[in-house]
Amino acid sequence: MEAELKKLKEDVLGKIAEASDSKELNDVRVAYLGKKGPITDLLKGMGKLPAEERPKMGALVNEMRQEVTETLEARKEVLEAEAITKQLEAESIDVTLPGRPVNLGNAHPLTRIIEEIEDLFISMGYEIAEGPEVEKDYYNFEALNLPKGHPARDMQDSFYITEDILLRTHTSPVQARTMEQKEGEPIRIICPGKVYRRDNDDATHSHQFMQIEGLVVGEGIRMSDLKGTLTVFAKKMFGDEREIRLRPSFFPFTEPSVEMDISCFKCGGTGCNVCKGTGWIEILGAGMVHPNVLEMAGYDPKKMTGFAFGMGPERIAMLKYGVDDIRQFYTNDTRFLSQFQRTEV
Amino acid sequence: MLVSIDWLKDYVNTQNETAGELAEKVTRAGIEVDAVIDRSEDLKKLVVGYVEECGKHPEADKLSLCQVNVGDETLQIICGAPNIAQGQKVVVALPGARLPGGMKIKKAKLRGEVSNGMICSLQELGIEGKVVPKAYADGIYVLPEDAPTGTDALDYLHLNDHVLELGLTPNRADAMSMLGVAYEVAAILSEDVKLPAINYETAAEKAESLLKLRVDAPDDNPLYVAKVVKNVKVAESPVWLQQRLMAAGVRPLNNVVDVTNFVLLEYGQPLHAFDYDDLKTGEIVVRRAKDGEKITTLDDQERKLEPHHLVITNGEEPVALAGVMGGANSEVSDKTSTVVIESAYFAPASVRQSSKDHGLRSDASSRFEKGIDPNRVEPAAERAAQLLAELAGGDVLEGSLIADSLDRSERTVTVSPDFINERLGMKIPFEEMIAILKRLKFETEAANNQLIIQVPTRRQDIRIEEDVVEEIARLYGYDEIPATLPVGESVPGGLTPYQEKRRLTRRFMESAGLLQAVTYALTSDKAARQFALQPTETTKLLMPMSEERSVLRQSLIPHLLEALTHNTARQNDSVALYEVGSVFLESAGELPDEQEHLAAAVTGLWVDHSWQGEKKAVDFYVLKGIIEGLADKLGLVLGFEKGELDGLHPGRTAFVLKDGERIGIIGQVHPAEQKARDLKETYVLELNLQALLAEEAAPLLYTPVPRFPSISRDIALVLDQATEAAAIEAVIRGAGGRLLKDVRVFDVYEGKNMEPGKKSVAFSLVYFDPEKTLTDEEVTEAHDRVLSALAAAGAEQRS
Ligand SMILES: [Zn+2]
Repeated sequence: MEAELKKLKEDVLGKIAEASDSKELNDVRVAYLGKKGPITDLLKGMGKLPAEERPKMGALVNEMRQEVTETLEARKEVLEAEAITKQLEAESIDVTLPGRPVNLGNAHPLTRIIEEIEDLFISMGYEIAEGPEVEKDYYNFEALNLPKGHPARDMQDSFYITEDILLRTHTSPVQARTMEQKEGEPIRIICPGKVYRRDNDDATHSHQFMQIEGLVVGEGIRMSDLKGTLTVFAKKMFGDEREIRLRPSFFPFTEPSVEMDISCFKCGGTGCNVCKGTGWIEILGAGMVHPNVLEMAGYDPKKMTGFAFGMGPERIAMLKYGVDDIRQFYTNDTRFLSQFQRTEV
Repeated sequence: MLVSIDWLKDYVNTQNETAGELAEKVTRAGIEVDAVIDRSEDLKKLVVGYVEECGKHPEADKLSLCQVNVGDETLQIICGAPNIAQGQKVVVALPGARLPGGMKIKKAKLRGEVSNGMICSLQELGIEGKVVPKAYADGIYVLPEDAPTGTDALDYLHLNDHVLELGLTPNRADAMSMLGVAYEVAAILSEDVKLPAINYETAAEKAESLLKLRVDAPDDNPLYVAKVVKNVKVAESPVWLQQRLMAAGVRPLNNVVDVTNFVLLEYGQPLHAFDYDDLKTGEIVVRRAKDGEKITTLDDQERKLEPHHLVITNGEEPVALAGVMGGANSEVSDKTSTVVIESAYFAPASVRQSSKDHGLRSDASSRFEKGIDPNRVEPAAERAAQLLAELAGGDVLEGSLIADSLDRSERTVTVSPDFINERLGMKIPFEEMIAILKRLKFETEAANNQLIIQVPTRRQDIRIEEDVVEEIARLYGYDEIPATLPVGESVPGGLTPYQEKRRLTRRFMESAGLLQAVTYALTSDKAARQFALQPTETTKLLMPMSEERSVLRQSLIPHLLEALTHNTARQNDSVALYEVGSVFLESAGELPDEQEHLAAAVTGLWVDHSWQGEKKAVDFYVLKGIIEGLADKLGLVLGFEKGELDGLHPGRTAFVLKDGERIGIIGQVHPAEQKARDLKETYVLELNLQALLAEEAAPLLYTPVPRFPSISRDIALVLDQATEAAAIEAVIRGAGGRLLKDVRVFDVYEGKNMEPGKKSVAFSLVYFDPEKTLTDEEVTEAHDRVLSALAAAGAEQRS
């Protein structure tokens, strides 16, 4: 009987080793360990053995059963692992194929510039003020110290709708309106928007373009505050190494008036094609709010002073991104627009 | 304004500055120098030559063979100019010479004859054709007989000079003259100004014996000065005068006209010269024109005059349009021998009106319009008389005819140093301020901590304290201003709720896959109202530049479609654009009703992932899904109702409703319109953004996450094709009761196995009780109600 047992063990272990998948292995288990299997038979046949042999044989059979079960388990694990490996191999994909595209839109480059400027000034306590694009002559000119017949005001430069109504030529009327509204209160605003001039569209002119202006009115506002504010702006917008310089200029609504240059961000000031060899790039116009403008809006220029500045997002975008034709901003060619997708942070 | 430094040196010492340095200083002090022009740039080895012989080239009719004495030798030079002649003094470019444009002169053979150089025209010396005197416009420049043979021609022609091109702002009219620039440069360099010395001998004859003057309109013409110069010999001006005019961009004409132009440039005072004999009457009367009167101006245009136009007359008929242009009838010509010089102050408004009415802007008119220096009217007349005596051999009659009611007084501006420093945020010492005002030649009295400043009349722009602040600051140096930030009460900045939501809207559109476009607000009359939700009367420009840009738009869609066409014409078939911009509607108020709109236009593929078999063209539901998503972001519930709009597909268009109001449109572009615009299937939407974002969103409060499971039941219905899903959904929701949580269409089927005119629509209904786990009976009860309601509504269940 011992020999029989040994033979059976060899048989079953051989079959386990031969099983090539879980199903075959299961068949082996059922065949040998099942209710009708030889091991069960052996246990059943124990009754025929002499009583003194039974414990020994019982132990042997159980031992064998234990070994077979363990071998089965071990084999099962191996086979399962093999099966998974096989499945994974079969499921393997070409990771270099393109992914399912996400439709990506993005802001217009001018919006991008304007929002960057808005956010910078919002962080400095400014609000965003807006106004109509079709404007009264009064707000566009008169309230800005440009009475009718002023030489700096050329009828030929504006799109008039009636004698007294026109497409605003700058966003400054928003300043005039805001001052009127605030009735003598301090002001810190940024005014972005579309403006219109009688220009033939070409590489550097557009009859419609954007402007963004700032206005600060309060007690004791000084020209040094203007310079400091513009310095912060220039460094934030064009890089920490930027220096600014102010040059005297003229605008009817400010006195003194200045133009601001920044040190060239391409060459750093040594001179290149961007700065036309001067090392400086003209960025914006600014000045101290003219007392007539304050007075007309109901502010006492003896008590309250202010500064204003204004710039062209197109010019800034052209400088910053190297765009060489202003019409690009209004053609809406997606090959142009979609280039302003990624962050610069 | 073009400023020859050689000329400028007559009035102010600039010798320690190179042209570049001077330009930089002038720019930094406030007058932008746009360019520094080196007049001798690229010019080398040019001498004065004497044409000893001049004959025909034996082989070429149009060429002359010249023997030219260039000082130490005589060279054979071939010349092609028609005006070359024996006995002339000319400018010779010797072999080895350089001329502008990189031209190098070499010894050469022309049709068998040797040419040792070139005889030059002014254009060949780099002088612009439009300022070259007419006599030399098509040939070589002929020098006066006394030009010294063999000397450096650049010196002789005063070409060793730099010209500063000033970009003047309208306030600095004072710098539109050499003297004005001299004062500015003197202030910058702390130098003195040398005024021209005016002295000449007058004839015994008195001016008033020949000429009478009367001004009948002193408001328009508060000062008129006339001088009479007899025995003038009209001729070419000397080289120095011609060169100065050319450097300033003025074409020399003859000595009389050149003198008036020279004095204009020198003093900024427009002058006019009349031919005394052509005046006929010996009288000048300045008056308003009579109705119906006419004048032919120097440009040979006949102009009809109106009573508000100021004219100079001879007592009978107009001889000049005052301050704008002279008349052809009294023009100085070669035959002129007695000249009347007019130097006057014409009121800016009067000149502006004349200039505008006649569409005629002259150098003189633009100066009068800006306001000239009242104290230079008489000196300029004297200066012109002096030069006519010197350069045209004229006899200046004694005295002037003057009609004068002009206020020449200087303005006084009083300002305290504290005011100046407070405005600037600086601490400029008092003495420094006084020194700057001295440099400006402003007479200043310092008393009681006040600066009492007499502003010279040449500086019409200095009127108020702030103007003085600028003068002090710009000459002290803007670099010296410190950088500070505004102090005082500061409020937190930020966006308004509308601005915030507009940004959210834009971000949403972008993350939905649309590119932001910016298009023009001006459009054609035809396109102005196209696609407008509520078209009104249009807003038109008074003087458009073109029909294409003459009217303000009432919808953003037309220009977005133009942008789509632009792109699809460039092999980009799939385009998705959106825009936020204003439209302009009629309103009862003074200004049009400006509404901010959101629009989108999409064509081509919306999903393009072809290697996995995913490819889907844009359709109505893509745009509708975008609006619905946006509404979710904004916390809004929008409705959609089928509608029609010109230019859109009548079966594929819906109005977008908010609280029952139509606030927008969504639809396919009408196939005919698509074809006209060369577009494939294209969908558009436009929403009144202001209406969409009008209300503040409700505070966000969380609803508890469900603790009990929900149960869903599906219903498939057979419906008439025209039946809208929303109507059925309403029936379901109406009958479902409080347990019906959600209703969703999950399948729509038409075609095979369906009766014609019918469609199958399947809904998924979700039942849910927040209080407890639903029982089957409860769901069945509710669902049965739905089913019977559907049956009652004629919606038959699909078997
Ligand atoms: Zn540079």
